[in-house]
Amino acid sequence: MTNPEGRFGIYGGQYIPETLMNAVIELEAAYKKYKDDPAFRAELTGLLDDYAGRPSRLYYAAKMTADLGGAKIYLKREDLNHTGSHKINNVLGQALLAKKMGKKRLIAETGAGQHGVATATAAALMDMECVVFMGREDTVRQALNVYRMRLLGAEVVPVETGTATLKDAVSEAMREWTRRIDDTHYCLGSVMGPHPFPTIVRDFQSVISYETKAQLLEKEGRLPDAVVACVGGGSNAIGSFYHFIGDKGVRLIGCEAAGRGVDTFETAATVNTGRTGIFHGMKSYFCQDEYGQIAPVYSISAGLDYPGVGPEHAYLHDIGRAEYVPVTDDEAVEAFEYLSRTEGIIPAIESAHAVAYAKKLAKEMSRDGIIVVTISGRGDKDCAAIARYRGENIYE
Amino acid sequence: MSNIQSAFSDGKAFIAFMTCGDPDLATTAAAVRAAAEGGADLIELGIPFSDPTAEGPVIQGANVRALKGGVTTDKIFAFVRELRADVKIPLVFMTYANVVFSYGARRFMSACRDCGIDGIVLPDVPYEERDEFLPYCRDAGIDLISMIAPTSAGRIAMIAGEAEGFVYVVSSLGVTGARGEITTDISSIVSVIRGVTSVPCAVGFGISRPGQAREMAELADGVIVGSAIVRLLEKYGAAAPAHIRDYVREMKAAMI
Repeated sequence: MTNPEGRFGIYGGQYIPETLMNAVIELEAAYKKYKDDPAFRAELTGLLDDYAGRPSRLYYAAKMTADLGGAKIYLKREDLNHTGSHKINNVLGQALLAKKMGKKRLIAETGAGQHGVATATAAALMDMECVVFMGREDTVRQALNVYRMRLLGAEVVPVETGTATLKDAVSEAMREWTRRIDDTHYCLGSVMGPHPFPTIVRDFQSVISYETKAQLLEKEGRLPDAVVACVGGGSNAIGSFYHFIGDKGVRLIGCEAAGRGVDTFETAATVNTGRTGIFHGMKSYFCQDEYGQIAPVYSISAGLDYPGVGPEHAYLHDIGRAEYVPVTDDEAVEAFEYLSRTEGIIPAIESAHAVAYAKKLAKEMSRDGIIVVTISGRGDKDCAAIARYRGENIYE
Repeated sequence: MSNIQSAFSDGKAFIAFMTCGDPDLATTAAAVRAAAEGGADLIELGIPFSDPTAEGPVIQGANVRALKGGVTTDKIFAFVRELRADVKIPLVFMTYANVVFSYGARRFMSACRDCGIDGIVLPDVPYEERDEFLPYCRDAGIDLISMIAPTSAGRIAMIAGEAEGFVYVVSSLGVTGARGEITTDISSIVSVIRGVTSVPCAVGFGISRPGQAREMAELADGVIVGSAIVRLLEKYGAAAPAHIRDYVREMKAAMI
């Protein structure tokens, strides 16, 4: 019978080959043992604070707020973390857990390269081997991150199969895990895959909303009206939402990559255009054809270019607790430039999807409203690609 | 007793795998008949999936070729119905959970029964998740084949205790594809299985040569060969069936 702890309503589960079942059962047991263990918590908190630079800042974007003329906008600055994105929160937790389990090797998938860089970083820090699977297409789009991973001592394996993007990197990492389990932990980068990954990754990322809540209470004495974050697999979004789920007055808004638009095939907006399916170990929403073949999705953002979404998001959508809105390439690029110009903050193109929607939302709200936007990563990695999008022939 | 067990009633069973529509359904039909002529006791028919996470490069290639050729689940049901006019050996499908889920599990299993399919292998549906599909398999009389892996320590009796059709013993870690040698202690796994069920055991993953087939057949009730057959289809295309017949004959001879 399915493990009820691995379900979010009907979503989630463990749809994986038998070869991996004992590995996920062992991981769940280890996680239960360590997650509330004071020594483990202290070690992880130490790493998050002193190594990764937490807590991340909650910054009042005064110029952006004044320019839009609506709700006050706060930016949760995950881009200021060590390695440049929220991915490090989860990776430090999983790497430490893997180490306690006696694993000597980390494998990971990566899209934009941020999770790969974070995993390579943790592996260097903790003296572990590291192999990162990355779609061939993404190794070209994010060449700088490939170099960073190699510099950190990781092996980067370009994946040629399928669409040669994030979904194929996940498939290849899963295949590698079935090949070598004993000494290897699959450090999954998002709130997806088989149980217990969606829960583990969510718990490690929930530090975002835990801090946001305290920081905003201190600055404003109240909760926000809306929390806005981008959603690919959905790890920074679930981390940004988690401690607000019980606060019914706080709107939770996930921004999906619509690519060239939700009425085209060149989109990665899973909740808006997909339907329920079973893939990559989980039941959730997926972009797929009428026979269940997974669709080749598209977004300018390598990190959001994924045909599925984490099962907890599917559940939050179905019960109406969170909203999922599509944001196009054009809107994201415009927001990427806008935040750079207005606040002097260059966001990751992924995070720019959240900025784009927050711009629209702020204008619809009154000046006493408050929006928190998670800037999940910094945009240095995207500059060359955005320049090319605008017709400038820049290469890294 | 299910029809599948008839495959194991006359000595060791040889199970041949191929992907429907690789490179087209006419070739698959000829390949199935050729394998049966060569002595195959059961055919495992793959329904292609866009992202076959349990497959190595050879069978991934078959999935790509089949989908490029335009094969669909509905076309495959019609194809099996035609095949059943003269092919009498048991047939099982091998596909991924989403292909069945997307079609509707009840509708899918009814269609299996109507076209003459005897069982189904779903490599991404472990014991814990079989209730997703099992009730619909039972209603339609389709055996849901259980898989046991080299890493199944502590789970073998639980899985085998509810097995139907045959038990698919995964010989090695990793994905499908030919291997130089098989190092898993298959006989220990099989002896645990035999302690709880009389359902036959077939060993698959990595078997390509007659010597390996002989060795595995001594330990279990049958062998499953996929990548080696798919490689013939990849190499010879429409001319592959004659090669498949000869290959199956050679493998089968080694098992007696």
